[in-house]
Amino acid sequence: MATQAQGGGTSDFTANLGKIYAFYTGGFLTFVVILAILEQAGVPNAVIGYLFVALTIGVYAFIGIMSRTMQVSEYYVAGRRVPALYNGMATGADWMSAASFIGMAGTLYLLGYDGLGFVLGWTGGYVLVAILVGPYLRKFGCYTVPDFFAFRFGGNVARFLAIIVLLSCSFTYVVAQIVGTGLIGARLLNMDFTVAVYVGLAGILVCSMLGGMRAVTWTQVAQYIVLIIAYLLPVVILSAQKFGLPLPQFTYGQVLQAITAREQEMVQQGLAVAGQIKPYIQPFTTYDPLNYFGLILCLMVGTASLPHVLMRYFTTPSVREARLSVAWSLLFIFMLYFTAPAYAAFAKLEVYQEVIGRAITDLPQWIYSYGKVGLINVCGAQATDAAAVVAACQKIAGHAGILRFGDFAIQADAIVISTPEIAGLPYVVSGLVAAGGLAAALSTADGLLLAIANALSHDVYYKMIDKNAPTARRLTIARVLLVGVAVLAAYTASFRPADIVAMVAWAFSLAAAGIFPALVMGIWWKRTSSVAALAGMTVGFGLCLYYLVGTRYYAGSFYETWSVLSSATDAQAARYAELKAAWLAAPDSAAAWKAYDTFAQGIANWFGVKNISAGLFSLPLGFFIIWSVSLMTPGPTAEMRAFIDEIRRPRGRAIFQEKTS
Amino acid sequence: MSNPHEATHWPRTVRLMWTMLGLWAFFSFFIHFFVTSLNKIVIFGFPLGFYMAAQGSLIAFVVMLFWFASAQDKIDRECGVAEDD
Repeated sequence: MATQAQGGGTSDFTANLGKIYAFYTGGFLTFVVILAILEQAGVPNAVIGYLFVALTIGVYAFIGIMSRTMQVSEYYVAGRRVPALYNGMATGADWMSAASFIGMAGTLYLLGYDGLGFVLGWTGGYVLVAILVGPYLRKFGCYTVPDFFAFRFGGNVARFLAIIVLLSCSFTYVVAQIVGTGLIGARLLNMDFTVAVYVGLAGILVCSMLGGMRAVTWTQVAQYIVLIIAYLLPVVILSAQKFGLPLPQFTYGQVLQAITAREQEMVQQGLAVAGQIKPYIQPFTTYDPLNYFGLILCLMVGTASLPHVLMRYFTTPSVREARLSVAWSLLFIFMLYFTAPAYAAFAKLEVYQEVIGRAITDLPQWIYSYGKVGLINVCGAQATDAAAVVAACQKIAGHAGILRFGDFAIQADAIVISTPEIAGLPYVVSGLVAAGGLAAALSTADGLLLAIANALSHDVYYKMIDKNAPTARRLTIARVLLVGVAVLAAYTASFRPADIVAMVAWAFSLAAAGIFPALVMGIWWKRTSSVAALAGMTVGFGLCLYYLVGTRYYAGSFYETWSVLSSATDAQAARYAELKAAWLAAPDSAAAWKAYDTFAQGIANWFGVKNISAGLFSLPLGFFIIWSVSLMTPGPTAEMRAFIDEIRRPRGRAIFQEKTS
Repeated sequence: MSNPHEATHWPRTVRLMWTMLGLWAFFSFFIHFFVTSLNKIVIFGFPLGFYMAAQGSLIAFVVMLFWFASAQDKIDRECGVAEDD
């Protein structure tokens, strides 16, 4: 894995990377210890929290400013000299979003086995990246994913289509990250949501604006270190407390057994009605097998198509290191994802043993801390304090004053952030978790923003509008666009758009449908023609978008158009007609519309496929169209075939030579 | 062609790709079809079907990728198309 770097200054830098980041990690841990001492000395929690945020963002900003550059190849691909291991860490941070850090464990808590579809889907995709796509794009030597489409499929029409797909899957995603920074600020540091959004915006801009990919890479490595320490520490301590072994990933097997036993016990004690509890380890309680496996496939293929992930592999020094780098990426991502189920299991057991079955006057204190910020409801009301809980439960007829299973509702986001308090750890650990969540959100936002801004500055401006733009102007335009997109994303995020967060799940199906078939066939099947690729991208993406928007926003008319393919039973069809009549009778009633629309969303589908797995239709269709249209149209020129051979051989110069000065 | 084995490079690469894709499909989908039966086997408290989705397949993916990086590099070197070290 020896890295041959060019130029004296660089080789010094690369050789010292280990030392630099070891020093950084040591410094960060020292900082945590100092804050722990300050806390014991009586420094208020709010100050500790702000110190965490200020110092970590300060360090990222420092790296960002130190990595400023005026060279095009540094700006777009970090000079192609990021060693495999560090690119792996950077990809880990790039990949793991606020949703992975804060929400993943909570999703597992709520869904049990079915939630593991996300764990599998968000890791297995890297296998596809390594074997089908990544190394070939690295050899091709492009700056952005649309570059490859333009080159392989005959110019700017293909480039434009790729840009459309890129923008539609990345923009909602980046908005969701900024919403994530706002929520972390609001919940863990008691900041105002909007203020936290703009603090996040500043944090993103200082990392990415001056140094582009180069700065983002080195801050993402730093952010990975913070986020993984923050994720592992609380649950490691919890495991050591309960089992005397600081390896939660292994000890939670016993927790699973205890959960299953307690599930039955709660029914026997009358705390829950049989059938009310979803057994934690039992599969297919939320998704049926078709949707479970469909979701896994869409997430995996989507991972292998998302431009902000693929572009990370443009930065390695060689094709060999690009492959190795995918393996490192997955290892670093694995560290978090194989811990998430442990978090979920520990939290579940805590709730089942220490909360359910207790007197409502005697609930653990942490319930009120998170009830106050709207993450926990007891007896249908927000659990702000003991009095509110008692009052809410007394309203329920026949409530015996003992908390039952059905009385307690916790949101997914509460699981990771409440663990330090459940384990009785000092506030400094909660501050650490906030810093980790912030690192996860910022690093993903950086990568996405760069993918969007590069598509606009490199592909739209430089390649389509002004091919003779001088370097200085290209980089200025790139920065202006970056700031513009970032401000637009933060502005959108400041409205807390609920739909945007749900739409992130769509990004995977959209990317899978629009990019994957053309990308893979363009590399692996020489016969793939430009017309076929354009047709495949348009139809695949179009169908996916139609299914997503139709089933979500026009559920009624989608169902009526496709009632033959819907999974609705006769009873459901009758109920649909009833609700529709009720709504038509009272077209101004919001309640009638909501009842009608919500029900329609449940049955607006083809063969019962939920919209989160929409790629299940468009992905095979995309492949089929590209294959069949290719056979009907003239294949690529001999010159193009020779280029494809070139891409497949690691040795030799990059195909795509950029004017760099 | 500078190396007599260069012509075999792509066929060998394609074979490796299909092997990897097969393993990927096995650990992503196939093994999880049997989750209900596998859950009857419990190891260190983990029902095996649950364990495979939570950790087993993930470990397989990581190991597969490191193995793939070295296997493909071996093919590249033997066929004389590897990059210079």
